[in-house]
Amino acid sequence: MSASLELSLPAASVAAPAPQPSRSYWLVVWRQLRRDPMALAAGGVLLLIVGAAVFAPWLAPADPYKASMIKRLLPIGSPGFLLGTDELGRDMLSRLMHGGRLSLLMGVVPVLAAFGIGTTIGLLAGYIGGKVNMVIMRVLDVFYAFPSVLLAVAISGALGPGMSNSLLALTLVFVPQVVRVAESVTTQVRQLDYIEAARMSGASAFSIIRVHVLGNVLGPVFVYATGLLSVSMILASGLSFLGLGVKPPEPEWGLMLNTLRSAIYVNPWIAALPGALIFVTSIAFNLLADSVRSAMDIRR
Amino acid sequence: MFAYIIKRLIYAIPIALSVTVVSFVLVYLAPGDPLNAIAPADAPEEVIVALKSAYGLDKPVPVQYGLWLLRAVQGDLGTSIASGRAVTAEVLSAVSNTLLLAGMAALGGVLIGCILGALAGYRHGTWIDRVATVISVIGVSIPHYWLGLVLTIVFSIWLPWFPAMGAGPGGSSEWLWDVEHLRHLVLPALTLSVIPMGIITRTVRALVADMLEQEFVTALRARGLSGVAVFRHIAKNTAPTVLAVAGLQIGYLMGGSILVETVFAWPGTGFLLNTAIFQRDIPLLQGTILVLCMFFVVLNLLVDILQPLIDPRMGRG
Amino acid sequence: MKQTLTSPSPVQDRGGPAQPLLVVRDLKKHFAVRGGPLERSKKFVHAVDGVSFSVPKGKTLGIVGESGCGKSTTARLIARLMAADSGSMVFDGEGVEEFGGIRLKEFRRNLQMVFQDSFASLNPRLTIAETIAYGPRVHGMPAAEAMRQAQALLARVGLEPAQFASRYPHELSGGQRQRVNIARALAFDPRLVILDEAVAALDKSVQAQVLNLLQELKAERQLTYLFISHDLHVVHYISDYVMVMYLGQVVETGPVERIYGQAAHPYTRALLSAVPSMDPDNRTQASPLAGDPPNPINPPSGCRFRDRCPHAHPVCAAKTPALIGLPGEPAHQAACHLNDPASGHPAALMEIQP
Repeated sequence: MSASLELSLPAASVAAPAPQPSRSYWLVVWRQLRRDPMALAAGGVLLLIVGAAVFAPWLAPADPYKASMIKRLLPIGSPGFLLGTDELGRDMLSRLMHGGRLSLLMGVVPVLAAFGIGTTIGLLAGYIGGKVNMVIMRVLDVFYAFPSVLLAVAISGALGPGMSNSLLALTLVFVPQVVRVAESVTTQVRQLDYIEAARMSGASAFSIIRVHVLGNVLGPVFVYATGLLSVSMILASGLSFLGLGVKPPEPEWGLMLNTLRSAIYVNPWIAALPGALIFVTSIAFNLLADSVRSAMDIRR
Repeated sequence: MFAYIIKRLIYAIPIALSVTVVSFVLVYLAPGDPLNAIAPADAPEEVIVALKSAYGLDKPVPVQYGLWLLRAVQGDLGTSIASGRAVTAEVLSAVSNTLLLAGMAALGGVLIGCILGALAGYRHGTWIDRVATVISVIGVSIPHYWLGLVLTIVFSIWLPWFPAMGAGPGGSSEWLWDVEHLRHLVLPALTLSVIPMGIITRTVRALVADMLEQEFVTALRARGLSGVAVFRHIAKNTAPTVLAVAGLQIGYLMGGSILVETVFAWPGTGFLLNTAIFQRDIPLLQGTILVLCMFFVVLNLLVDILQPLIDPRMGRG
Repeated sequence: MKQTLTSPSPVQDRGGPAQPLLVVRDLKKHFAVRGGPLERSKKFVHAVDGVSFSVPKGKTLGIVGESGCGKSTTARLIARLMAADSGSMVFDGEGVEEFGGIRLKEFRRNLQMVFQDSFASLNPRLTIAETIAYGPRVHGMPAAEAMRQAQALLARVGLEPAQFASRYPHELSGGQRQRVNIARALAFDPRLVILDEAVAALDKSVQAQVLNLLQELKAERQLTYLFISHDLHVVHYISDYVMVMYLGQVVETGPVERIYGQAAHPYTRALLSAVPSMDPDNRTQASPLAGDPPNPINPPSGCRFRDRCPHAHPVCAAKTPALIGLPGEPAHQAACHLNDPASGHPAALMEIQP
């Protein structure tokens, strides 16, 4: 793929039929995204949030665990506490920054896991087809009989509260959805002539899947998975909000929203802060997903 | 048509059965002996043995499932550990509250979504289109449990218009159709209605805009048909899709209500689930999930059956 | 492996020039059609129903027929992209995948295929050089060598490698893409190339260029073609022999000039008369085909063409005509009672001597 770049650079303006610069699909998508103001804005916001979360240990002004009974629920803009303090007198800004680590982790990891697992299952089901496909898809239909929030709550409720359990629950919620997309795209791709041409060359099923199927299935599944990020953020924080995810005193946006609920009568702004961050992150994920979708929609 | 309905009904049976399997298996997902789910932790040995045989826990798992299913079909979902009451009774009273809330939210959300979406589709590219787009993006991105909190702050604390907690005065969980109860319903229903509103707006907007570009609409207009007639055509052609999306969304509402009910202390299934999970009340958890999912299965079935009935293409076929 | 690949012909000519390169016997493929939930019996589409033919070495066999007559299915069965229900194939004197015959993998290298849809037959995520090099690399050719070969092949099919090698399919025109498909087929040095409507989607002028390229390549590399098309002009131009199919069966086959000059089957004549001729004196007044082909799920008994045939007679419903050689022209065969004096058709034999 890199050869295409080297070729297109030098002789572009020499001969009359100048060779068009050849660009791989993902490169085109990337360039398209870089020109999309919405994608840039959403990406910038996400970068800021992720950056603040990742570098929280170095950037945060205070210890997110350090409580103080006399400094409880200080309003926003209090000296030394830019965003005030929570119900135990801990610095909100530091807790929000640290909280992003777990919230983002719990939102993104299930989608990544489901992307990997779901694509693999969907690819195999779609490529093998026939009875195997039918059995896999019928089994997954069962998961569709559950609304996703209910399924997540049911699984993590039965497994018991805890971070790994809610990660597992969310992954289980998303896998069937990703499988469905991957399976339907694979089924379409499998019927195309270039797959038959590859079979004519005597290539093994593994080689055909790796070279010819995967590259063409990954795009649509990727678009779908980016769309799941926002849902996953909301669900993951929701589980923590219910007390099913992260346990106190860990900072996590959903859990903070829960523990600060009683503070709405004292200092409503503080209580609303963690949720606002979930909202902003989720909107940014959604807008970015929309941009990715339209950038990848180029017909080729 | 009749054959189609029969086929759908037959197809729903394995789904419903597998829902019971999943609900049953949930108990085994729970850490520890499933017996903990029925017996108090400090129960004496002979009580445990008695309970074991009473619940058939000494039998192989498939037999246990069969027995459980048999009891469930007869309406016996076991006894709640937390309250000692029959799970069926608890679940049914909670489910009616949840359905009330979800129904109101669905009604509001779908209605607003349709109006907003249709306006945006009609006035493609104008300010109302942009407003609708922003609202739909917010609708699908907002954590509704947080929205509930914000609405409480605004309409319950700053402006003391609506109560923030419960389904009625004095923490009553019995629903009555009076002003006091309705006031309790406003905030949670409004919060919940945002879930379907975003998606419905988006769907209707896309459908209407798409439809207006199609040739048959141009042809209708060319034949001098009035705006109302064109609208009727569009409504007829978009209704099946909107119904399918709305049906799914109502299902999600039943799930989403878990979180919103927690915010507003609404005495529905979400509240019940919360109790069940934190008191490790497994029969209650199992029963609640089973009943909710059965509603979801029935809902999907209804949508599947209704859709072709209102679809002009399939109706005649 | 590498040795055989780079050698001009992986499987050496065994039977000599007289031995047909490919002999197909009684090929059958039925597709099950799902009935309604309450219907017990399964129905079948007889897509290919007992097709037999042979392709002489270095020649082009054109297969014509209306869409749905089974010509593309026949191609896929030969290429083993689809399993046949029954039938056998002999490739240069050796049975394919049976009793000590040649293995499927080896057979496939000797046989390549070019499809109709030039876009769908190229992976959009690979550059065209990568596409051409893919097959040889699968067979163990080192990457650099495969790429060199791909460039040479591109040059041979008329696409300047420096300009085209690293392009993606969507950056090419339809004719250029079809040249790439041809180059890919050549990467194995096949002996038989199946061209399934390979020029059908191209503009007329581009079509002519590609056809000429195919002719050059055939002479240069001693290729044998199976040319499937519904375009009778193109088939006339490129073929040495022609086979006419109708509803999954062969109705007529023979040397190209015989088929186009003295077609013996009413269906062939109807097909040819439906083509506007360039020569005004040569235009026939014969009625073109009326109606659609019958439902392939329940083909008519006896001769399948009888519903649309102007010469139909009760005997056509009672007896299935066999594919037999014409008197004095054994290479020209037709499946019609008119050509069989013993058939009992009242117009038999009178019809063929106008």
